[in-house]
Amino acid sequence: MAQQEIAEVPSFTVTLMIRRFDPETDSEPKWVDYDVQMHGTDRVLDALHKIKWEQDGSLTFRRSCAHGVCGSDAMRINGRNRLACKTLIKDLDISAPIYVEPIKGLTVEKDLIVDMNPFYQAFKDVNPFLISNTKPEKERLQSPEDRARFDDTTKCILCAACTSSCPVFWTDGQYFGPAAIVNAHRFIFDSRDDAAQVRLDILNDKEGVWRCRTTFNCTEACPRGIEVTKAIAEVKQAILRGRP
Amino acid sequence: MSVVIETPQAPRSRKAANWEKYGWLFMRVSGPLLVVLIFTHLVVNLVLGDGIKAIDFAFVGGKWADPFWQWWDLAMLWLALIHGTNGMRTIVNDYVEKPKVRKALITTLWAVAGVLILLGTLVIFTFDPCPANGAAELLPSFCPAR
Repeated sequence: MAQQEIAEVPSFTVTLMIRRFDPETDSEPKWVDYDVQMHGTDRVLDALHKIKWEQDGSLTFRRSCAHGVCGSDAMRINGRNRLACKTLIKDLDISAPIYVEPIKGLTVEKDLIVDMNPFYQAFKDVNPFLISNTKPEKERLQSPEDRARFDDTTKCILCAACTSSCPVFWTDGQYFGPAAIVNAHRFIFDSRDDAAQVRLDILNDKEGVWRCRTTFNCTEACPRGIEVTKAIAEVKQAILRGRP
Repeated sequence: MSVVIETPQAPRSRKAANWEKYGWLFMRVSGPLLVVLIFTHLVVNLVLGDGIKAIDFAFVGGKWADPFWQWWDLAMLWLALIHGTNGMRTIVNDYVEKPKVRKALITTLWAVAGVLILLGTLVIFTFDPCPANGAAELLPSFCPAR
């Protein structure tokens, strides 16, 4: 049996253009370029680490789990919202610089860090928790079909990639945004929940689901593959019906 | 030592009723209707019969003497202007941040749409297909002067 040759992982030099902003010295953000030697298996997050650890310790960005679960490192990479920890450098065009910016629509605090409070506030405003009329005396059973109804929207990690890709949100910070609607959807269509009407009323707001222009930016941006625009459309339909 | 934690964001203002739902619904209903209305209008005016060469005063006068086409054009006028103005209002809401400018633009939009709807409606229902001093050969065939 022929021993299969395992190809060596290629390494290459890549240029990162990072949108940097230091509130103590800068009045405007600026582009700064860094050259780093990277491996074929490296992700954009590894490149950011390498810059921070070896070239410029002042580079500031968020990351926690670094494996696509915590949702801390959503950023705009080559004009698209992605998680830095899930974007392999070899999948990008490495013949040109890779542009890394903070997500749009939220105030930049430093470098790639934005103020997430308005985003979380919209999330809180849709009551993202189970509200039941019955006492929790025993396990709340649910059929697989009922569970499947909202399965897609349980995947959200609140990284804000969708909300900060939404052109409506960019200009109207009061809009609830795709992420908040996705998390409302997760409970509106949950058979164990009794407060769908409350959430539908909240989202039937001037700044609620009707602001959505169906541009599908959110669906494209979601690193978890949630069909965000579809979820928003389902909430619109539920509001028109008056029930989930 | 006490630490004051500022409220991260003022609570969202809640208004009981709003027209956004009905606005959205209107766009969804009027859109398909307009497709039918406008394309039928184009085919009848530009394709059927003598095609584009058929259009003259008599052609338009003849159509507006018929209640069917009067109501057809009325529906087209109202739906298209409200649909278009509401679309423009949406864009203004999306991209104009200063409340005063926003209000001024939206008021202007609806005022212009209102005037156009009023004028159009007036023309459709008060149009005289047989003006007394019109050249006889240009008038529709049912005019007594012809």
